[in-house]
Amino acid sequence: MAATTIATAAPATQSRFLAWVGTTDHKRIGVLYLCTTFAFFLIGGVEALLMRLQLAVADNRLLGPDAYNQIFTMHGTTMIFLFLMPILVGFGNYLVPLMIGARDMAFPRLNMFSYWLLLFGGLFLYTSFLAGGAPDVGWFGYAPLTVTIFSPNRNIDFWILGLELLGVSSIAGSINFLATILGLRAPGMSAGRMPLFVWMTLVTAVLTLLAMPSLSVAAALLFLDRHLGTGFYSAAAGGDPLLWQHLFWAFGHPEVYILILPAFGIISEVVPVFSRKPLFGYYMVAYSGVAIGFLSFLVWAHHMFAVGLPLTAQVFFAASSMTIAVPTAIKIFNWIATMWHGTLRLTAAMHFAIGFIGNFLIGGLSGVMVAVVPFDWQATDSYFIVAHMHYVMFGGSMLAVFAGAYYWFPKITGRRLSERLGIVHVLLTFVGFNLTFFPMHLLGLLGMPRRVYTYAPDPGWEPINFAQTVGAVILGVGVLVFLVNVFRSLRTGERAGNDPWDAWTLEWATTSPPPPWNFITHPPVRSARPLWDLKHPEDPDWKRSRSDSRVGVAHGSQVDSGQPSPPPGPSYSDGSPLPELPERTYWPLLLAAALVAALVGVLVHVALVAAGLVVAGYALLGWLLSERPR
Amino acid sequence: MPRRPGALPCWLALLLALGGASGCIEAPAVLSPASRGGDEVLQLTWIIFAIAAVVFLIVTGLLFYCAFRFHAGPDAPTPRQVASNVPLEVAWTVIPALVLVAVLALTVRVVRDVIGPNQAAAATMHVRVVGHQWWWEFQYPDQQVTAANEAHVPVGESIEFQLESDNVIHSFWVPRLFGKTDVIPGHHNRIYLHADEAGVYRGQCAEFCGLQHANMRLLVVADPPDRFAAWVQAQKTAARTPIGQQAQNGQRIFLESTCSGCHTIQGTPAQGKVGPDLTHVASRAEIAAGTLPFSPANLERWLIDPQEVKPGNDMPDLHLDGETITALVAYLAQLE
Repeated sequence: MAATTIATAAPATQSRFLAWVGTTDHKRIGVLYLCTTFAFFLIGGVEALLMRLQLAVADNRLLGPDAYNQIFTMHGTTMIFLFLMPILVGFGNYLVPLMIGARDMAFPRLNMFSYWLLLFGGLFLYTSFLAGGAPDVGWFGYAPLTVTIFSPNRNIDFWILGLELLGVSSIAGSINFLATILGLRAPGMSAGRMPLFVWMTLVTAVLTLLAMPSLSVAAALLFLDRHLGTGFYSAAAGGDPLLWQHLFWAFGHPEVYILILPAFGIISEVVPVFSRKPLFGYYMVAYSGVAIGFLSFLVWAHHMFAVGLPLTAQVFFAASSMTIAVPTAIKIFNWIATMWHGTLRLTAAMHFAIGFIGNFLIGGLSGVMVAVVPFDWQATDSYFIVAHMHYVMFGGSMLAVFAGAYYWFPKITGRRLSERLGIVHVLLTFVGFNLTFFPMHLLGLLGMPRRVYTYAPDPGWEPINFAQTVGAVILGVGVLVFLVNVFRSLRTGERAGNDPWDAWTLEWATTSPPPPWNFITHPPVRSARPLWDLKHPEDPDWKRSRSDSRVGVAHGSQVDSGQPSPPPGPSYSDGSPLPELPERTYWPLLLAAALVAALVGVLVHVALVAAGLVVAGYALLGWLLSERPR
Repeated sequence: MPRRPGALPCWLALLLALGGASGCIEAPAVLSPASRGGDEVLQLTWIIFAIAAVVFLIVTGLLFYCAFRFHAGPDAPTPRQVASNVPLEVAWTVIPALVLVAVLALTVRVVRDVIGPNQAAAATMHVRVVGHQWWWEFQYPDQQVTAANEAHVPVGESIEFQLESDNVIHSFWVPRLFGKTDVIPGHHNRIYLHADEAGVYRGQCAEFCGLQHANMRLLVVADPPDRFAAWVQAQKTAARTPIGQQAQNGQRIFLESTCSGCHTIQGTPAQGKVGPDLTHVASRAEIAAGTLPFSPANLERWLIDPQEVKPGNDMPDLHLDGETITALVAYLAQLE
């Protein structure tokens, strides 16, 4: 009996597992991204709690300097490269094709490749813990601390190679987003009708494409310095340690906007729907995002006001940094104007969105403060900056991620998250977050530098640190509540239906969760809110919009889409066949695995490099040959 | 406008209440400058903080107003679908831009005043600061004095600090005297400290520089001119001859063992350059770059196992026996 059950059950489980492993479906890849990155968030969160426990009291001996330095390095690296950046890619992966009425990403196999490279890159970074110690030089890895004489261990090589892997993953991902958004929009979806989240993903993809190579180059030069003694970053060899900082921040500051622009996109979707009004100043919100993206390449040296730049350079970077506050202010005022005279539904998602505006605002204002050069000389590398960047990354991006989670969970799973637990989550998060990070401003002004594993009791930093640790624990409990909510709602959550929020963008026009082919038909796109137009034929947006109101017809559907949608099937309602989507494939996965194996070989044995490259070549060949002619 | 030490603004007080903190917190170092130029920077800080606070109050006020005023149930009627208002949008583009232009203008003025070209000319003295992993060396070339982790300066004078490193990047930060300036291999950064008040100012390395970044502290002691001159005189003289049997034993052990390979004691054959110069170690307030206050007991603790006190520092655990340590402590404690 038992044997039969197992025999019948095993293939089913296996095939379900393989269906995920071999998937090229942007939605499944999106879910893989979201789950993987959230797991990394939990790891990074545990690292944060360990740091807070160590700093709770003065002269604490819970963690030694070695452990602490590894943990803060991995916390930063994890939260930026393995969580925030890829979770926003995950949202983009799931949502962009749905929002623009496409069937998938432009390059589904490349998409799969990006995901597996992210996962393997993350695991690769974390195996360093097993191989004698994690990187311990900070997520910014300033040379020359990273060169061989000061960091002789393998951990820096793990860090360099891990970053290179993640760089390839995100560059491939951004190419995919660009091709998808530029090439696969539904008929009628002109640039001015794209959902703001798509707009911001587009800008982010351009930023990633332009900024990531700078990091990859910086890391490659470091690798050469470490193993061939090239001396790019060594003053004694005629190089310059500052070269690293310029290259790193030329990536690092656009990176900040890579992490915040998609969050702006999420907020620009959530706030209008729960205010029951269209986004105020659509064009200004979109173009200010573009402006931020452009300016983000001109501000890198504001991370370097203390390195002794000439006066003129300091003033230039102060000016360019302050300039970014203008498009940011535009967005904030537009969100508020969207709420103004709306009828607000204060759901958990909306709470997080409003909380985002308020908390991110603090990060933005302290950002202007640190652009004021003489103040920055005091603030930089102190806890003031730790406060500032967490208000941007957590008060900003992270709260937007939570807002997005509550908003799109019903679409992804077909069930709603509990609003009651959601509000508990909101409260714990807001209280815990502000208690953890707001006092850090003061701590910085009291003279506490960043990245110290311990401190003496005398400067009066202890009570503030203790309060912050309490805040961090509250924040952690909030995350647990969220997890409980997710797991409970997956089974028992209220059924969502296609459109639980009465929303307006195309992802809500299909089932929850959507079928593999996304849409058979979807409403015509004649404005930025096609579903509004559908639901309010008496007052459609396109009648009010200033310029073109060309009727977009989607994939052979009738313009009159008030009719029930046709049953899902492998063909359009007019009988024309669906374009073929790539089936299950393992080549991109194999390629990613082989590349990682080759990099492990760099650290272990040259034979493994060779084997990895041979398999990678084989996988690449298989990938190309499995491409069906169109 | 410039605040003096002790003037805690109310928002800080609020924070302290939040943290359950009591009177044990001193005035924020950054907000109580004791140096020329510091007041100007502080004034600028308060101006931008005030601007930020006003913007924060306006925006969060609007947010809360919206959340309470426009909060509606699920059956509320659909509001009017207003999607833009050009004059408003122009206003909230132009007004922030103007505010920022003003902030920038103030910034430029202060930057020029504080690090302008007149600084170098006004300096009366030079101190060469060498950042090590993980301690500070202070060389006074004109006075021919070498000190470690504790720099003395005459009050009321502008002192040029030349910042150098032959290892990794450090950052020299004495909050009450000036902001940070990085100490970068191959670069020759200069800062000018001008203490207005006599006192002891706490400083610390502010750029992550490896394992013991946390324990790379320093003190700047601003003395009245006569006391400074006395300090220079004392530091210039060779080390005292040890008095008493134990201290003499200590000196012998110091010179015969590995100690002298790394440390200098002027007037003796010990001329090692790896660790801090110990000629006047007992005149300093702290040991191991601010890791412990100076006292015979702490010196003993340090010698029993330096790796336990400051893991990773260059001084190995020498496995000294109790007698040796007692002798060494007796000797070192006399090196005033």
